[in-house]
Amino acid sequence: MTAAPLVAPAAAGDPVEVVAGRVAAARSRRRRRAASVLVALTLVALAAAVASMVLGAAGLTVGEVVAALVGQGSPKAEFVVLRLRLPRVVAAIVAGTALGLGGALFQTTLRNALASPDILGVTGGASLAAVGSMLLLGLEGPAVALAAFAGALVVAGLMWGLAWRDGLTGIRFVLVGIGLASIVSGLLGWLLTRAEVREASEALVWMVGGIGSIGWPELATAGGAVVVLLIATALFSPRMPLLSLSDDSARSLGLDATRARVTAILLGVGLVAVATALAGPIAFVALVSAPIARALVGHGQAALAASALTGAAMVLVADLVAQHAFAGVAVPVGIVTGLIGAPYLLWLIARGNRKGSDG
Amino acid sequence: MPRTATVTHPTGAPDRRIRRRLPPAATLGIAVGLLAVVAIASLAIGARQIPFDVVVQAFTAPVPGDPDQVVVRDLRLPRVIIGIMAGAAFGVVAAILQGATRNPLADPGLLGINAGASLAVVTAISFLGVASPFGFIWFAFAGAALAAVVVFLIGSVGGGASPARLALTGAAVTAATTPLITLLLIRDVGTLSQYRFWSVGSLAGRGLETASVLWPFLVGGLVLAAWLAGRMNLLALGDDVARGLGVRLSTTRIVTAVAVIVLAATATSLAGPIALLGLAVAHAARGLVGADYRWLTPLAGVLGAIVLVAADVIGRVVVAPAELEAGIVAAIVGAPVLIALVRRGRGASL
Repeated sequence: MTAAPLVAPAAAGDPVEVVAGRVAAARSRRRRRAASVLVALTLVALAAAVASMVLGAAGLTVGEVVAALVGQGSPKAEFVVLRLRLPRVVAAIVAGTALGLGGALFQTTLRNALASPDILGVTGGASLAAVGSMLLLGLEGPAVALAAFAGALVVAGLMWGLAWRDGLTGIRFVLVGIGLASIVSGLLGWLLTRAEVREASEALVWMVGGIGSIGWPELATAGGAVVVLLIATALFSPRMPLLSLSDDSARSLGLDATRARVTAILLGVGLVAVATALAGPIAFVALVSAPIARALVGHGQAALAASALTGAAMVLVADLVAQHAFAGVAVPVGIVTGLIGAPYLLWLIARGNRKGSDG
Repeated sequence: MPRTATVTHPTGAPDRRIRRRLPPAATLGIAVGLLAVVAIASLAIGARQIPFDVVVQAFTAPVPGDPDQVVVRDLRLPRVIIGIMAGAAFGVVAAILQGATRNPLADPGLLGINAGASLAVVTAISFLGVASPFGFIWFAFAGAALAAVVVFLIGSVGGGASPARLALTGAAVTAATTPLITLLLIRDVGTLSQYRFWSVGSLAGRGLETASVLWPFLVGGLVLAAWLAGRMNLLALGDDVARGLGVRLSTTRIVTAVAVIVLAATATSLAGPIALLGLAVAHAARGLVGADYRWLTPLAGVLGAIVLVAADVIGRVVVAPAELEAGIVAAIVGAPVLIALVRRGRGASL
């Protein structure tokens, strides 16, 4: 933290006011930085969304796309824009926001950058239920989504039941989660090695997550659920600072962090379960969004809004790349999210090291 | 001296559970005895019913060509040896990593090392047509080592590798590698059909040749781990205190990195990318002997060997005459143990 020069012009003589002025200046600078990060992320997401609407094999012009959006286009343009491209963009936003925010809630609450729903087995539970329902029961479509939703909730519930002992402490919850994740991945490995290899390949595609074939009814359900959870998170967010205290410091201040933690984790599980049911466990969005957002905003903050936006921007950009970068091959978006998110996170970590701040 | 480290709980309050611990040497002795039992069980139990005296005769009075003896000597013995080697490497490497990163979640699987090995093996299958577990070992070794080098380098650019940064870097490397693996797998069903059996982790079909080329790495890694153990105890007090007590931080970090790279690569090339095994046994060892790395590290190694060999035996028994891969069994059996430990409040604090 560099000292700000000349921030308290009126108070040259009074040291207390000089300090107060500097603190205020540092705060407003931080707030401005957070605001500009949010604006920048929104712009990136918007640009990717627009590109995703305009680019494509159908060869529509910008004018035709706009016309189709307002209901004035040709039937063909309307079909492409309203049935194919727009659902894709909306799905990317819904899933990305939910995963980014869900991951941030987990990592902040459990105070460990590794404690994302991917690593704690919540998304793994969704995968196991979905892949099991595909390979063993032969289900398809919405039934698989429902199974995924249930799987995420079951693993989260188990984690809860097993980790709870006079409250919820971070590390116990995380270790139980890792244990469950390993059971889940063992069972997934068993399913995949026993299945017929083509079916295993299809299951693998589901497991990386994709947003290519989502219709409006599913989107409406998932989108509605995510909006409700977003509002709940926004209402809850003033209590977030409590979560960054350690158990001991919270207790010594006379505060009970348990209820805040329970709320945050419930919200996180809900968001991740909805997103996974909608689009599959789009890989690593939940894991890397929050660290990226936190590095962009500057440290010491939970950066929930920035995490949600980072998630949305990442899935939108990744889907754009997935559709157009691999000459003619449709690649599931989950393959690209890790490929673009992870190197960026690595770069942020390396840069943070040089500056001496915590990545 | 070893026991003084276990008398007080990290919070300073005396802990009844910790006082009731066995002396570390006794614990380690019991663990070694248990390992012997499990190893003998692994020689004696399998799809083919072989009387125990024939198992003994396979070593005391070898008859070349006797089918029962061949099964014991050429099929079961290599699995025991590879299981012990790989399990010990997984356990020791997790103990070192948890000490060095001061993150209770550190594990080769979470630090990107397994992902690196997996990517190299998928590449070998997909582009070079490699098809046998023996052919995979150098690819797995190189991939694991490369991933570990990347994690340590990026995690420590411009000064000390903070534990949190190291863990985050490992997660990011996994996140960057896994999509590439998946991409190669969904492109080509043939690659998937081979990779899926390697990736769950297994002791079958490795043969003694694998062990015979990798044992020098294991021994080297274990020697480095032994050298590190005492220094880990001081590092646990914090970097500044450790420096004040005469630990050279940069040397220790480099040795840690080398030991982790060598051991993780050896373990993964022996048995495949088995997640959690190391993490679980390192926590179990911490619960049994406390935070003294001179006891914790070897015990984690012995426990790792026990769990992996036992998982292999269980995998042969539960679905006989078919087999369940040791990695799958280790994940399903090891996790409840970890959860039980965590619930009893042991092993969670570093």
